[in-house]
Amino acid sequence: MSLVAAFAAGLVFGAGLILSGMTDPGKVIGFLDLAGNWDPSLAFVMAGAILVGFFAFRLAGRRGKTFLGGALQLPQRRDIDARLVAGSVVFGIGWGLAGFCPGPALVAFGSGLDQAAVFVAAMLGGMVIYHAAERLLKPPA
Amino acid sequence: MTIDWTHFTPWTSLGGGMLIGLAAAMLVLLSGRIAGVSGIVGGLLVPRSGDIGWRLAFVGGLLLAPAAMAFYPVSPRIDAGFGTLALAGLLVGAGTSYGSGCTSGHGVCGLSRLSPRSLVATLQFMLAGFITVFFVRHIV
Repeated sequence: MSLVAAFAAGLVFGAGLILSGMTDPGKVIGFLDLAGNWDPSLAFVMAGAILVGFFAFRLAGRRGKTFLGGALQLPQRRDIDARLVAGSVVFGIGWGLAGFCPGPALVAFGSGLDQAAVFVAAMLGGMVIYHAAERLLKPPA
Repeated sequence: MTIDWTHFTPWTSLGGGMLIGLAAAMLVLLSGRIAGVSGIVGGLLVPRSGDIGWRLAFVGGLLLAPAAMAFYPVSPRIDAGFGTLALAGLLVGAGTSYGSGCTSGHGVCGLSRLSPRSLVATLQFMLAGFITVFFVRHIV
């Protein structure tokens, strides 16, 4: 049941990305191009998503468990460290270069777009490199 | 700054955003998880038993969304060549892993949860995105 829910959530998430225009890198870059011909659409995407998400997470927090009886697995950290900032800056540079972030890239890949396939392959490569570096740099416990 | 009225789509973007929020609601209220795409995919690369199925199911939904939305075709505008796309993908993969999240995990879910970490992350990647596009479009 939880698997069906996760699949349905992925499908609705992808449909939202498509409807909102976020699977078009030109539209994302149009939003990031403040000095050019600015397309404010992405701000509306964020507003719509947070409007719904805010109430959903409040409800989840009040219930303390899922409607299927499972446990909530939410991040607990509240500290702001250099990794958070540096990682987000590196992500933002990549986002600005291509106009793809992970969700829309996967959806565009699902539509058979060659450029998205290259981006997704490199993104997975970046994640693998990160995990390998973590393992190398972290002293064994 | 001028406004790009030809590409500006307030209603479909707001509606699409609400669908994204609905998807995040479904995942947290039914599966108890954060709809953060980079985190969900990253968790598949270092798999832990019992923690794989829901990730595959969510990614499967994302990949099949274009088929389900075939009545709403998108014509993507992509300026970046394959070399730039590969570099950008590497940066996005490594950056989101190091920074524990992307536009969906920090931007949508984190801001919805009023997480201070996610607010900082979102401001950082937006700022980096603005500066990168300024550099690429107006300096280089």
